[in-house]
Amino acid sequence: LHYAPIATISYWLPSKTNASRESLKMEPLADCSLLPGEERIIDKDIIYICPFSGALKGKVFITNYRLYFKSADADPAVTLDVPLGAIGRVEKMGGASSRGENSYGLDITCKDMRNLRFALKQEGHSRRDIFDILFKYAFPLSHGLLLFAYLSQEKFEENGWSVYKPMEEFRRQGLPNDKWRVTFINANYELCDTYPTILVVPFKATEEDLRKVCTFRSRGRIPVLSWIHRENQAVICRCSQPLVGMSGKRNKDDERYLDLIREANGTAKLTIYDARPSVNAVANKATGGGYEGDDAYQNAELVFLDIHNIHVMRESLKKLKDIVYPNVEESHWLSSLESTHWLEHIKLVISGAIQVADKISGGNSVVVHCSDGWDRTAQLTSLAMLMLDSHYRTLRGFQVLLEKEWIGFGHKFANRIGHGDKNHADQDRSPIFVQFIDCVWQMTKQFPTAFEFNERLLVTILDHLFSCRFGTFLFNCERARDTNELRSKTVSLWSLVNSDLSFYQNPFYTPESNRVLYPVASMRHLELWVTYYIRWNPRIRQQQQSPVEQRYIELLALRDEYLKKLEELQLSDSSPNSSHLSNSSTPNAASPTQHITHLHTPF
Amino acid sequence: MFDGRVLLKQVILLFWPLISTWVQGAEKIDSCQLQVLEMLSSLGSAGGKSAKPSFVSYVTPEEIKSEKEPSRKEKHPDLLPGEVVFCSASTVLKYTQDDLSQRGVFGVLLCTNFRVSFVSDEEPTEEMLFKNKLYGENDIPLSCVDNIYGDKRKLITGGLVKNKYPSKMIIHCKDLRVFQFSLSFSKEEDAKKIFQGIVHHCLEPKSLRCLFAFSYCENTSYPGSYTVENTSYPGSYSYCREHLMWCWSHHSGCALFKTASIPLVQEDNVPQTYMEKMLTAVAHNHLYSVKTEDLSDTLPTVQDILLSYNKFKQFFLIDNTTEFWMSDMKWFSSLDNCGWLDIIRQCLQKAVEVVESLEKENTNVLIMEEGGSDLCCVVSSLVQLMLDPYYRTLLGFQSLVQKEWVAGGHAFLDRSNHLHLKDKVESPVFLLFLECVWQLQQQHGPAFQFSETYLTVLSDSVHVPVFTTFLFNNDGHRDSLLRVKTHAVWDWSVQFDCKAQDLFTNPLYTEKPKQDTSVRKSYRPRHLRQLSLPSSAFKTPPKKGFFKDEADNLKKILGVKRLSRWMLSPSSDSPQTSSSVREFYEAWQTKPLDYHGLLLPCLDGPSIRVWMQRYLRWIHDVQILGGGPVAMLSKVSEILGEVQELQRQLDRHGCTLTSNHKGARPRAKTAAAVIAARSSVRLSSSFPFVTSRNWAFKPAIPTSLLQSLMVTGMPGNLADREDDGGPESLV
Repeated sequence: LHYAPIATISYWLPSKTNASRESLKMEPLADCSLLPGEERIIDKDIIYICPFSGALKGKVFITNYRLYFKSADADPAVTLDVPLGAIGRVEKMGGASSRGENSYGLDITCKDMRNLRFALKQEGHSRRDIFDILFKYAFPLSHGLLLFAYLSQEKFEENGWSVYKPMEEFRRQGLPNDKWRVTFINANYELCDTYPTILVVPFKATEEDLRKVCTFRSRGRIPVLSWIHRENQAVICRCSQPLVGMSGKRNKDDERYLDLIREANGTAKLTIYDARPSVNAVANKATGGGYEGDDAYQNAELVFLDIHNIHVMRESLKKLKDIVYPNVEESHWLSSLESTHWLEHIKLVISGAIQVADKISGGNSVVVHCSDGWDRTAQLTSLAMLMLDSHYRTLRGFQVLLEKEWIGFGHKFANRIGHGDKNHADQDRSPIFVQFIDCVWQMTKQFPTAFEFNERLLVTILDHLFSCRFGTFLFNCERARDTNELRSKTVSLWSLVNSDLSFYQNPFYTPESNRVLYPVASMRHLELWVTYYIRWNPRIRQQQQSPVEQRYIELLALRDEYLKKLEELQLSDSSPNSSHLSNSSTPNAASPTQHITHLHTPF
Repeated sequence: MFDGRVLLKQVILLFWPLISTWVQGAEKIDSCQLQVLEMLSSLGSAGGKSAKPSFVSYVTPEEIKSEKEPSRKEKHPDLLPGEVVFCSASTVLKYTQDDLSQRGVFGVLLCTNFRVSFVSDEEPTEEMLFKNKLYGENDIPLSCVDNIYGDKRKLITGGLVKNKYPSKMIIHCKDLRVFQFSLSFSKEEDAKKIFQGIVHHCLEPKSLRCLFAFSYCENTSYPGSYTVENTSYPGSYSYCREHLMWCWSHHSGCALFKTASIPLVQEDNVPQTYMEKMLTAVAHNHLYSVKTEDLSDTLPTVQDILLSYNKFKQFFLIDNTTEFWMSDMKWFSSLDNCGWLDIIRQCLQKAVEVVESLEKENTNVLIMEEGGSDLCCVVSSLVQLMLDPYYRTLLGFQSLVQKEWVAGGHAFLDRSNHLHLKDKVESPVFLLFLECVWQLQQQHGPAFQFSETYLTVLSDSVHVPVFTTFLFNNDGHRDSLLRVKTHAVWDWSVQFDCKAQDLFTNPLYTEKPKQDTSVRKSYRPRHLRQLSLPSSAFKTPPKKGFFKDEADNLKKILGVKRLSRWMLSPSSDSPQTSSSVREFYEAWQTKPLDYHGLLLPCLDGPSIRVWMQRYLRWIHDVQILGGGPVAMLSKVSEILGEVQELQRQLDRHGCTLTSNHKGARPRAKTAAAVIAARSSVRLSSSFPFVTSRNWAFKPAIPTSLLQSLMVTGMPGNLADREDDGGPESLV
C-alpha cells in the first residue's frame, strides 16, 4: 500500500489504507486521506492568497504532518498539500490595525520553491492559534517534539532499509582484492565519527597507518575508496582537506598513504581533484586546512575544480526562486537566469565530474576532496560514478549510490536542510543535494534512454528530502542515525518507491553496460529544470506530461494487442476445423516477447 | 630581405614533395617541425605578410598523397548537369574539426558555377547516412556562402581583391558550417586564382541569369519536375502589393486578410479612398467587424531582423574551440542581448492575438505592412498553422508556404540576396517563420506530421540555387524569367533518397482518430472550400446591427490619421493586449489538448528555445554522443515500425481493424525502418546531420571555466567563507 508522491498530490486518489480512526472522523479532509500516524491538530476558515488565481476563500487543515487547504467556491477547487517539513519559515503578516484587504495573516516560506500567504479576519487575534500550532509542528525539533518520521505508522511491502548493504556493494565492485581491503576500524565510529563503519583502504595500509593519516585530515576523514574500475583497477577515493595550515605542515604518513593509493594500480601519477577554487584552498590554510603541495606529494598532480562553497550555492538558488516564483520573470528572462549563476554552478559540478570520470577511464586513480569532503566531494564522486557505472543508473542502483555516497559518507542532511528546525537563517543550510539531483536530471535529459528511473523519482526524492515522512534523509551521519535508532523506528523512502517501481520507471530505458556517459557541460545544453523549479506555476504544469512518452506507451500497447490478434488468427488458420474456437482461445496476457516466440512456432 | 624570402619560398616549393613526405611520416609533430610548418605557411602567404601562425596552435596534416603534383584535372567532384569548373587549386589543407586537436586533410579546392568544393586526397570515408545528392559535406553551394575571412580573421569583401591572397581562408556558410582552408601549400598562382574565383563568385554582384538554377534546369529534364504554380492563389489575388489578399476563413465566417499598408507620403485624401476600398472589400461580403493591424508598428523591421540574426548566428559559427568555451559562460545573456528569441516571441504573440480575434471574437482581421509580404507572411502563416491542422501535415505545410510565401509575393530573391546587390534589403524573414514553426513543433510535437529535420533541411534549401521555389521576388517575376521546366524544393528526391526522406516524418504524429472517418470525408472538401474565396453564403452574424456604425466610425478615423493597432479593440495599448493574450492562452490551456484542433504556443521565458538541431549540429564539442532527443524518438520509430509490420501481417490475414487506433495506419512513410536499421550505430544529438564516425571518445572538458564566473557583491563575501568552519571562520 502506498501513496502517490507529493508532486502530484492535487490528484490524490482516496486511499484504501486503514487510516487512523481520528482521520476517518474528519469529514472535510475526506478527499485527502491521512497517513497512518497522522493526526489532525486544527482547522480554520481562511483566505489563501493564490499568486495565480487571486484570493480564495476556503478551509485550512493542519495535522502533525501537513498543511492542507481546499478552496470553497473556486471551480475546479484549488488545493494545497504541503508537508510541514517543507516549511522553512512562518511569519505574521500585517497587524490588527493594518489597512487594506487581506493584509492580516500569515506568510509561509517553503523550502520547495514556493511561498504561501494566508489572510484571516482581523478581529479577535484570529491567527494566533494557527500561527502557534504551525510554528510548533513545522519545527518540532525546536519544540521538543519528534519528527513525523518517528510518528508515522506506514507499512510497505518492501523494506527500503535493505536496499543498501555496504559489503554487498563492495563485492559487486569486485572488492576486496589483493590491492584493497575492507577495514572495520571505524565500527564504533572511533576513527571518524562522520564516516560509515565499513571502509575500503589500500591493502598495504595498516590500521596504525590509518590512525596516523587520520590526524592529518580535517575531521579525520581519511582517503578511502568509493569506486573501482573493474578493468583498469583505477579508483575514486574521497577524503577531506589535509591539515597543512599556515606553516605548510607535512605528514609523511599521509604522503605515503596517498602513494599507496597510486601504487595500487600502478598509475604513474595520482590525480588529486580539489573541488574548490584555488583561492579558497589557499585561504583555508589560515584555518589550519589547505591542499596537497607539489613538493610533499611528488607523485601526485593537483587540479582545482573551481566549485564554490555552500553559501554561494544557497544565495544562487535564492536568486533563482526570485525570478521564477510566483511569476516567471518576463523581460530578459535569459539574462535574469544567467545572473542567478545557478546553471553555471551546475556546469562546474558536471564538468568536474567529467574530468574525474575521464581520468578513471584512462586508468588513473584519483582522490577527490573539498574542505570537509561531504558536500562538493559527494557531488563529484557520485556524478562520476553515475557516468562510469551503469548499475547506478538503474532504479535500485541509484538508491545504492545515494545511500553510499551521500547518506553513508555523512553529507550533513540535518544541517543543510534544517529538518524540524526553526532557525531559517542558519548559515549551515544549503541546497547542495538539490543541486546534485539537478545535475542528475541534466544527465537524464541529455541521455533519455540511459537511466532506468524517470523524472518522477527525482522529484519524489526532493519532496521527501524536506517532508520528514521518511527516515532516509534525516541526521548528519550514520553515527547519529544509530544513536536515534533511525532504521528501526522510521520507514525508508525506498520502501515507498520500491513498492511501486513501475511508477518511477523510464519506458525508454535501454540498458547498456560498460558505457561511460559523458554529458556535455556546455550552457548550450544545460537547461533550467522547469518541471521542478517552476512546477507550482499552472502555466508550466500542463506541459509536464511528455507526449513522447505517452505515444511510446500507446504504441507498446498497440503492438501487444496486434501480436495477440495475430496469434489468434494464426491459431485459427492452422487449425481450420476448430476455427470456431478462435474466440475462446484468447491467450493469457503475456509479455510481447512471449508472443513473438509463439509466432515462430506455429502449431 | 624580401627577395631572400621569395627565393626561399621557391626553394621550398621545389622541394615540396620531399617536405610533404617528411611531414607525413611524422606521427606527432614536434616543435621543430611545427616551426618549419609555421614558416612555410607564413611564406606561403603572398609577401610573407604575417609571420605569426593563425590561431590554430598546431597542424598535423594527416596524410599527403606521396605522388608528386596530383594532377588537378582528375580531381573533381561528380559534376551536376550544367555545372562547370571555373578554377581549382591542389594541395589545399582543409582543417578538420573531428577531433579535439585541430588537424587537417590535403586536397583540391574547386570553384564551379554551383559550388565551392573540396575534394580530399584521402579515400572517402564511410558514406554519409543522410546524404544530400546535390552537394556533399565538403561542398558549399555558392549562395550558401555567408562570409569569407582571410588572415587574422579579416572579413573579405568583394571587389577589393587584387593580387593578394590570404594564407588561410575561413568560409562561414548560411547553413552554419565553417570551413577553414590553408592555401599556403598550394602553388602561388593556383592559390591566387582559387581565392579570387571564390570571392568573385560568392561575394560580388551578379545577374540572376548566372544563378545555377538556370543552367541546371536547362540541362535536366527531370521526370518529377514540378510546376510550381499548382498551389497558387485562386482568382486574381495573386500578388498583394496593391491588393487586398484573403488568407484564411474561420468556420464562423470571419477571415484573415493581408495587404500592403498605405504609403506614407500621399495626398491627404488618397489613403482614405484606398483604405475605404480595402475595408469595403473586407466588409462587403462579411458582415463582421474588422480589426486592422499595421505590423510595421508593432513588430521589428526586416532590418532589425537581419541585425539580430547576424548577432545570433555568430554564436554558432565556431572556428576556435577555446573561444567557444570562453563564450559559453555568457551564453544566456548573449542570447538575450541579440534579441533573436524575442523577435520569435513577438511574431508568435502577434499571431496569437490574430487567432484570438478570429477564434474568440469572430472578427475579420486585416494585417498590413509596407510591401505586405514580409511579416504579413510570417503572421498569416503562423495563424493558419495554429488554427488549421491541415497545415501541420507535410502536404499542408508545403501548400501553406506556396500560398502565403511564394504566391504571396515574399521577395525571396531580395531577402536572401543571392545576387549580392547593394541596394537590396537582405533579411532572414522566411527563416524567422521556420523558427516560429519550430517553437510550435517543439511545444506540441504530436500535432505535426513533419519533423524537426524537415524544417532544418527546408531552411538549408533556401540557399541551394537549384530550386526555383525560393529564387524570385514574386510570381510575375518568376513567369517572366522561366521558360523551362523548373525544380521545386518540394521534390525532395532531387536532394535525398527515399530513406533519408523518411526522416522528414514525425513518429509522434497521429492522424485524426478513426471514428471521424465519415467526418473526414467532408473534412477535406472543407479545406478546398477554404481555399476558394469566401462568398456571401455565410450566415448573417448576430453582430450585424452594430456593424454599420462601427464601419462608419472606422471610416471617420481613417480619414484622420494612419491606421495603427487594433482599431476596434477595446484594449489597444500593449500591456493590456498582452494580458488579454495571456488570458486567452490560459483559457485554452485549461481545456484538454487536441492536437487536431487549435494550438497555441506558450510564450513564457523558458518556453522559447534555441533550435538546437539547426544551430548546434556542426559543433563537435557540444554533440551528445549516444544521447539527445533522437535517442528517444528513434525508440518510438522502432516500435512504430513493428506496429506497422504487424498491421501488414494482419491485413494479409484479412483482419479488419475496427478499433480506433491512433495513427496506427500511416499513409506516409515513417522513419522507422531507417532508424531501426541503424540501431547498432550510435546516434548523437546532431543526428542525422553528423554521423558517428570519427567519434572521439574523450569528453569535451570546458576550458576557462572560472574566468567569467564572478561571485561578487555577495553579502559578507560568502565566496571566501568556509563551508563548515564553525563560528571562528564566519568572522
